[in-house]
Amino acid sequence: MSHHIVELKGLSFRYPDGTPALDSIDLTIHHGESVGLVGANGAGKSTLLQHLCGVHVPQAGRVRVGDVPVLPSTLGEVRRTVGLVFQDPDDQLFMPTVAEDVAFGPLNIGLPPEEAAQRVDEALAQVDALHLKHRPPHRLSGGEKRAVAIATVLACLPDIMVMDEPSANLDPHSRRLLINLLRSFHHTKILATHDLDMVLDLCERTVVMHKGRIMADGPTGELFSDIELLTACALEPPLRMQGCPLCGAGKEVVSELTVPSASG
Amino acid sequence: MGLDSALHEIRHLDDLSSKDTPTHRLDARAKVLVTLFYLVSMLSLGRYEVSALLPFAAFPLLLAVQGEVPLALLLRRAALALPFVIFVGIFNPLIDRAVHFHVGPLAITGGMLSFASIVLRSLLAVTTGLALVAVTGFDQICRALGRLGMPTTLLVQLQFLYRYLFVLADEALRMLHARVQRCAKNNHPTLREYRTLLGSLLLRTLDRAGRVHQAMLCRGFDGQMPDLRPTTTFGPAEWRFCAIWGLFLIAVRILNIPQHLGNLPLYLGGKAGGLFP
Repeated sequence: MSHHIVELKGLSFRYPDGTPALDSIDLTIHHGESVGLVGANGAGKSTLLQHLCGVHVPQAGRVRVGDVPVLPSTLGEVRRTVGLVFQDPDDQLFMPTVAEDVAFGPLNIGLPPEEAAQRVDEALAQVDALHLKHRPPHRLSGGEKRAVAIATVLACLPDIMVMDEPSANLDPHSRRLLINLLRSFHHTKILATHDLDMVLDLCERTVVMHKGRIMADGPTGELFSDIELLTACALEPPLRMQGCPLCGAGKEVVSELTVPSASG
Repeated sequence: MGLDSALHEIRHLDDLSSKDTPTHRLDARAKVLVTLFYLVSMLSLGRYEVSALLPFAAFPLLLAVQGEVPLALLLRRAALALPFVIFVGIFNPLIDRAVHFHVGPLAITGGMLSFASIVLRSLLAVTTGLALVAVTGFDQICRALGRLGMPTTLLVQLQFLYRYLFVLADEALRMLHARVQRCAKNNHPTLREYRTLLGSLLLRTLDRAGRVHQAMLCRGFDGQMPDLRPTTTFGPAEWRFCAIWGLFLIAVRILNIPQHLGNLPLYLGGKAGGLFP
């Protein structure tokens, strides 16, 4: 496996109606990194993520995951390495019960049912959702659906976890639980989100996108302190860095971010 | 009944299917096979048969009682189908006016009989279907159909239909609520608004179908739906269930039991042409 676990070179993409989504993207993500992908609506975050697991195949440029280029012929291998957690868990949970949904990936890889069942238990235990095993997905709460959606990906043992708006539609408590959960993972993590506070919590590195291009790539604290950059990309600093809206007190200065460990 | 209460009741049926009674524990194939045989036996009766349909109520009633399913819930849900059924048969009394017999001064026509027959059959069929779902679960029914040879493509469509029914209904509810909030006077959508709502739902469904397919591909989907659950066996209890109900259904299909019971005094009086000549 290459040291550069994800590599995008000159990646460009247009939707079938001609709308440009990505424009000459160059990005390298190293093994074990947690990277936040932030940008306004339509910046191209989701489209970029979808290139990493072969939902879209590059129209121009190239994408490599480890030593494997993302091509129609290599999609099986790529999808075993990259696990994508979709924005809407209802898109991801399509089987009649939680256990069957989590087993869907392992069984498709070709694991025997006993081993798949063991993976189901392990993955559900990891996200603290083992008690939901026999429930139908449509009977779960938003937070539970999100946890199970993550378990469906964990069960495939990916090296890279790619998440599209992981905190969308979660209440504050579920969001905090999710952050703690993600912090406990040692995978390479790529998070596309509008939740800049979550990025501040989880990612030491951030990529700022605007209109299909990468505008900045660097340490999270440094980028989030650059008000000019954020404003130009239709973003705002995370709430924690804004302080009290009346007097400005309590503003958190994050110049060099240290992502706390799971235990911390 | 509103869409939200209808959804609530479907979820309630789901809950009932997770009970643990001997009827629930039966292999779903036995229950599905008997239900199919039941429907064929009942629906193949002549169009003027009404009394012969009455013994057919025994199957859904016993299924519900043995499976600890509240009968009131089944009947309430089955009654929802009545308006459609009445609409289908309402013109029969006007079209078929041939008198079949008299009840006192009232002439009973073929149209009246066929109308009553349609209503009764539909209620029985819907009640039986609901009872089957309540003691088996929709997912297990699909699985049983698969094991009985239903093509996978059709089966997956059914499973997805059930899974996304709730998501789609939630979306429809949100759209209807959003509409009501902006309608000060008219709370009932016009036909044109319904058209637009349905169109939007269809487009959203297509989008979602695309995303679900992508999610499936990302986890290695290759056209086959893997199955993790252990398979149940068709044992003596299942054979017994099929045999008892099979014989009962054959009997009530061949013999019009209520009619024979009604004729009992005639038979006992020694009139010719009965069971006891």
